[in-house]
Amino acid sequence: MNPLVLWFHKLGSPPYFYSFAGRWIPWLYGIALVAAAFGFYGALFTAPADYQQGDSFRIMYVHVPCAWMGLFAYLFMAVNGFIALVWRIKLSETLAMASAPIGAAFTFITLVTGSLWGKPTWGTWWTWDARLTSELVLLFLYFGVIGLYHAIEDRRQAARAAAFLALIGVVNLPIVHYSVIWWNTLHQGQTVSLIGPSKIAPSMLWPLLTLAIATHMYFFASLFARARVALLELESGKEWVRALLPVTETSHD
Amino acid sequence: MKPGTTSSACIALLRRDLLLVWRRRGDALNPLLFAIIVVALFPLALGPETTVLARIAAGTIFVAVLLAMLLSLDALFRSDLEDGSLEQLVVSPHPLALLIGCKIFIHWLTTALPLIVIAPLLAQLLQLPSQVLPVLMIALALATPLLSLIGAVCVALTVGMRRSGMLLTLLVLPLIVPALIFGAGACNAAQDGFAYSAPLLWLAAWLVLSIIIAPLAAAAALKISLS
Repeated sequence: MNPLVLWFHKLGSPPYFYSFAGRWIPWLYGIALVAAAFGFYGALFTAPADYQQGDSFRIMYVHVPCAWMGLFAYLFMAVNGFIALVWRIKLSETLAMASAPIGAAFTFITLVTGSLWGKPTWGTWWTWDARLTSELVLLFLYFGVIGLYHAIEDRRQAARAAAFLALIGVVNLPIVHYSVIWWNTLHQGQTVSLIGPSKIAPSMLWPLLTLAIATHMYFFASLFARARVALLELESGKEWVRALLPVTETSHD
Repeated sequence: MKPGTTSSACIALLRRDLLLVWRRRGDALNPLLFAIIVVALFPLALGPETTVLARIAAGTIFVAVLLAMLLSLDALFRSDLEDGSLEQLVVSPHPLALLIGCKIFIHWLTTALPLIVIAPLLAQLLQLPSQVLPVLMIALALATPLLSLIGAVCVALTVGMRRSGMLLTLLVLPLIVPALIFGAGACNAAQDGFAYSAPLLWLAAWLVLSIIIAPLAAAAALKISLS
């Protein structure tokens, strides 16, 4: 078998994933920290002030990467949820449910920083424009997924039901993304794009991209840490977990 | 024993559900009373000024109708789960999506249709301008089946939980926000004298899509919950 495919298949096994994630977590946190330090240095010191918004635009460096991550985490959750529902892979259930609270946190940060940014630039904390409303709906979808997951007793059934809900909520993702194009909104349009030139000065762009790398690394580090704990709980009766954890209760007999 | 045809199973299910509603027809009136009371609270809170009430009338009626339907959604599969007939539907040889579709249709017929019928009364309570009323009726006729369909998917996910009411609200409300925006938006556009057909067409398009997908999704969700 192709080594890459073989590795991918192995990754689906909880004990293999557990040790794999354990090895990667410190590196991911490390890269996230270094990238965040570089990014914030660039964002706060080297990037010039905006000609219109002055220094207040610098909150973008928190707002935009978190907004990307809010969508990315949802997509990640939905893709893993789809895999979990179709192929019944236990690891995908765990990953989907582990990414929900992280994505909810990123979405919450996006809303809060957006609100703080809106006050000096738009003159209001909140406005019911399409981007803000759809982002709020995204947060509620996250809450729905988390709430459903915790309301069902059986962990695996709960993960499948919540993954199904996450899949239904995917319709909101394009609405969030295209809301600034479809509707005439107060929220500004897209300035950074993967395909084609971005409408932002390079001196302002690089800290943003560095911080985007930092948030991605943080997402995966946090995801792995959560998934490891969830796997231990889910597989607590299995041999590999017993071999892993220090045995205390059996020592006296 | 030879199973009957699919259409006879659907007819039997429709008759049974209608009969069950008819036997407890007092309960079926609860959503109506709820909607009337919610609508009646607004003039008490905002004051009886005609211009203010007319301004918020369409949106308020929309919200009241959606909330009333949401309250009744909780019971969509409850009695069937308790007496075991839901499992019988799942193991029956007929397509589950079709049977669930029948149940959703009965839910719409017994809760949403009465609400649409009393919508003119609610409109009068809130001094809705008479030229907006037809638009409101069409918007409700398009938006309420959407709520029944989407709600059924969420109910199927929460079926079997003891306290599903609050959770169900959390699941359903974000998903029906577009129906509310387009439905009430059409009424507001009509009230301001603008063209209102675009949001209604959006609602209709979404309804057509949901009629096809939602019963399938509800059936899949039900299988997850009952597994």
